[in-house]
Amino acid sequence: MSAIVTIRDVVKEYNLGATVVQALRGVSLTVDKGEFISIAGPSGSGKTTLLNLIGCVDTATRGVVEVAGKNTAHMSERELTNLRLNTIGFIFQSFNLVSVLSVFQNVEFPLLLQNKLSTKERKARVESLLEQVGLLTHLKHRPNELSGGQRQRVAIARALVTEPLIVLADEPTANLDSETGQAILDLMKSLNQKNGTTFIFSTHDHRVMRYANAVVRIADGKVMGRETPQDAVAHEMELGLDPKKGPEARAS
Amino acid sequence: MVLLVRIAVRNLLASPINLLIGGLILLGTMIFVLLGGMLDSLNQAMQRSVVGSLAGHLQIYSAASKDELALFGQMGNFPDLPAINDFPKIQEALSKVENVKVVVPMGISAALITSGNIVDTTLEKLRNLYKARDGQVTDPKLAGLPTHELNQRIGSEIAHVRQIIKVLRGDVDKAMKDMISAKSVEPRNIEALKRVEQDDFWAGFEKDPYANLEFLENRIAPIVTDTSLVFLRYVGTDLDKFQKSFDRMRIVKGTPVPQGQRGFLIADLMHEDQMKLKTARRLDKIKDALANGRLIANDDELKRFIKENRHQTRELVLQLDGLKTATLVKTLEDELGSKETTIDALLSELLDTTDANFDQRYKQFYELVVPQVQLYRVKVGDMLTIKAFTKSGYIQNVNVKVYGTFAFTGLEKSPLAGATSLMDLMSFRELFGYLTSDKADELKEIQRDTGAKTVSRENAEAELFGEGADEVVAEATPGIIDPDAALAGTGRKLREEDLIRRVYTQQQLDEGVVLHAAVMLNDPRRLDETIARIEQVAKEQHLGIQVVSWQKASGLLGQIINVFRALLFVAVGIIFIAAMLIMYLSVLMATLQRTQMFGTMRAIGAQKGLILSMVLIESLVLGFIFGGLGMLAGAGVLAIIATKGIAAPNDVMYFFFSGPRLIPQLSTWPLVVALAIILVVTVGSTLLPALMAMRVSPLRAMQADE
Repeated sequence: MSAIVTIRDVVKEYNLGATVVQALRGVSLTVDKGEFISIAGPSGSGKTTLLNLIGCVDTATRGVVEVAGKNTAHMSERELTNLRLNTIGFIFQSFNLVSVLSVFQNVEFPLLLQNKLSTKERKARVESLLEQVGLLTHLKHRPNELSGGQRQRVAIARALVTEPLIVLADEPTANLDSETGQAILDLMKSLNQKNGTTFIFSTHDHRVMRYANAVVRIADGKVMGRETPQDAVAHEMELGLDPKKGPEARAS
Repeated sequence: MVLLVRIAVRNLLASPINLLIGGLILLGTMIFVLLGGMLDSLNQAMQRSVVGSLAGHLQIYSAASKDELALFGQMGNFPDLPAINDFPKIQEALSKVENVKVVVPMGISAALITSGNIVDTTLEKLRNLYKARDGQVTDPKLAGLPTHELNQRIGSEIAHVRQIIKVLRGDVDKAMKDMISAKSVEPRNIEALKRVEQDDFWAGFEKDPYANLEFLENRIAPIVTDTSLVFLRYVGTDLDKFQKSFDRMRIVKGTPVPQGQRGFLIADLMHEDQMKLKTARRLDKIKDALANGRLIANDDELKRFIKENRHQTRELVLQLDGLKTATLVKTLEDELGSKETTIDALLSELLDTTDANFDQRYKQFYELVVPQVQLYRVKVGDMLTIKAFTKSGYIQNVNVKVYGTFAFTGLEKSPLAGATSLMDLMSFRELFGYLTSDKADELKEIQRDTGAKTVSRENAEAELFGEGADEVVAEATPGIIDPDAALAGTGRKLREEDLIRRVYTQQQLDEGVVLHAAVMLNDPRRLDETIARIEQVAKEQHLGIQVVSWQKASGLLGQIINVFRALLFVAVGIIFIAAMLIMYLSVLMATLQRTQMFGTMRAIGAQKGLILSMVLIESLVLGFIFGGLGMLAGAGVLAIIATKGIAAPNDVMYFFFSGPRLIPQLSTWPLVVALAIILVVTVGSTLLPALMAMRVSPLRAMQADE
């Protein structure tokens, strides 16, 4: 399998006034096309920072980040935006739907930004995705008329509507109850298997980790290794983390 | 774009503060469109008034003038305009300028005219009657009357004089009570008054009527304070051309001045207001007021008019001779069924009008009293003596015949349009000491008659005192000059009679001095363009003139609209600034509340520009929806007002409304300006928050919502 994300010796520093905080300290990682990979680690370990770099919403201080074969270090903001629009889909912890738009319009939004499809094609694409996430009957609903799980399903549809190579999900189940969270993960997994879309999601929830093909464990800004989900869970337990912490846990 | 508008509309509906902002924009736009349209209509109406009554579309005057041309006066002063000497050249040059229809020569000025003292005129009548009885007819109307008829008339006039003396006694007694006025009455004249009050004086009057008349003229006439001065503003112009060019002008009384002749036309309102018998004028005003729905019973002004009418019968009584008084006393007694016996009391009773009896009393006044008196101090057909200071400082008189009165249609009641009378150009030039062709002829004649010769300035010394000085230039021998013979000379005759009948050619009218000229345009909308073209022609051909628009030429009056317009902008400006501030705060708040949404949009691929436009469009949609509603509301209110129009609240407003009602119309500029203002207000208030929104990092999307 070919690599869709390549990260080499990446350092990410933040200036907090006079002090410089290193969020990532020489991270290297390769994600292959079609993987369903989890980035795990405790809060403050650098999970989100790594996800931001892969998602091209942030750039590395040092090192190489290649997304879909493009080195993001030398790209302009406009180019990065275009890369995000055409290559990456985002699923956020708190869903981040546009409250004044309907379910249909929220999903359609990235397609309108792309401006590649006709109205008819857009409609077909949006409806097909909403059918896949089971919300075809809720086209005209506003986000505030939906449950948390339904909202996240809309967000998944929005992330996939442009047929991106990579979908990034930052703690996708953190704001959902365990049952709903599980359903969301099932859905993501099935879409991964069906479309071959690469899924990279961050979590510190063991149950979520179990869905992944592989778990990249990260601690103190360093990649501790790539493991199977079972090894990763065991590792976490060794480190004294509560194994019973369910998907309903809130991110700290 | 559709999506952005949709997001904008939905966002707007989400926040109630937008209704407040929208409401302010609506109000501001409505007021702007409404008042803007009304001001425009007012401006157009005023333009019609100014252009149609005196100014024309443009006015030209000497470039050398230090004063600005102010046709309606500038703080009560008249501009001192240098003369334009070569009017034909200017006229020719301007008539070739495209869009110029006609150039009407003018000269604006003012003069005081005096109307005769009632004692003087009555004594003059009496003198003519005595002369006629003695066989010297001086008044053609008295020719051929039998002696008994003349005696009867003499008796009546003497009664008239005695009536005047009674009135004068009242005046003097009143004056003596007041220290300041008392000093103005000469003791000699008071003695004289005492003498003529005695029956003895009148018993012996017939013994030497001419000497007695002289006594009355010298001693009694000066007591009368009745001589009144009328301030007359007039424009000397080519009357024929004026009437053709100012098509709202129409003759009210009398006739136009025959083409090419000298003559005077009095502004009808001036004639009514200043020259009509005051009692009659007040009755007219009451009649007008009642016709407009006012009631005497609850109107202080009308009550005051009636009070004045009842107490100021002096003006009427002074005009009544013995016969007329007797007739009128009898008629009024019968008509009013009154037991009063004096003319004062009867007139006072007649003029004691109420809402119930007004119409009848008005009719009675005009049918019974008016035929016995002179209704106007200056009548159509009278000769008017107008005095003015010439440019060189001496007083010049001209006599002009009053042919009629005139008014401008729609502006009949406007004191501004009705304050300027018209004089023929020839009389005007003469009055101002500018050489007219007549004067030139007269000078030649005098030169020939007296043998005077023109001495050039350079040779004056040599001619007068040098070698050739033995030739006598002029010689005056005291006692030889017969003033009567001199007055009977050809020049005098020409001035007195022929001048009135003389017909001038267009060339004679055109050739000569004018002070300014009105320029009428074919298409008034191209006014500025035409001004520029005339300025260019004036420069190229060295015409020595400057050109101004009607608005500028009308002086302060023309600025009124600009003042109103400035006030409108200030008022609307305040509303829009309030809207702008509230809008700024509201958009700022909304932006801060929506950073995650902007971050999310940026993360999923929206470019910065899209976020910027999104916020701007939101405000623009708000601005234009409510602005549009405001425009519709403004236009709607205008349309409703236009169905009836706004009635002029007073006579002065007739001029501004160009008639009794102003019909306001929607005009384009307030709509265009309102759109521009809305654009400035919305973009101005939103730009900063929009830039903030644009700079929201996509990272913001990754942060959990607080």
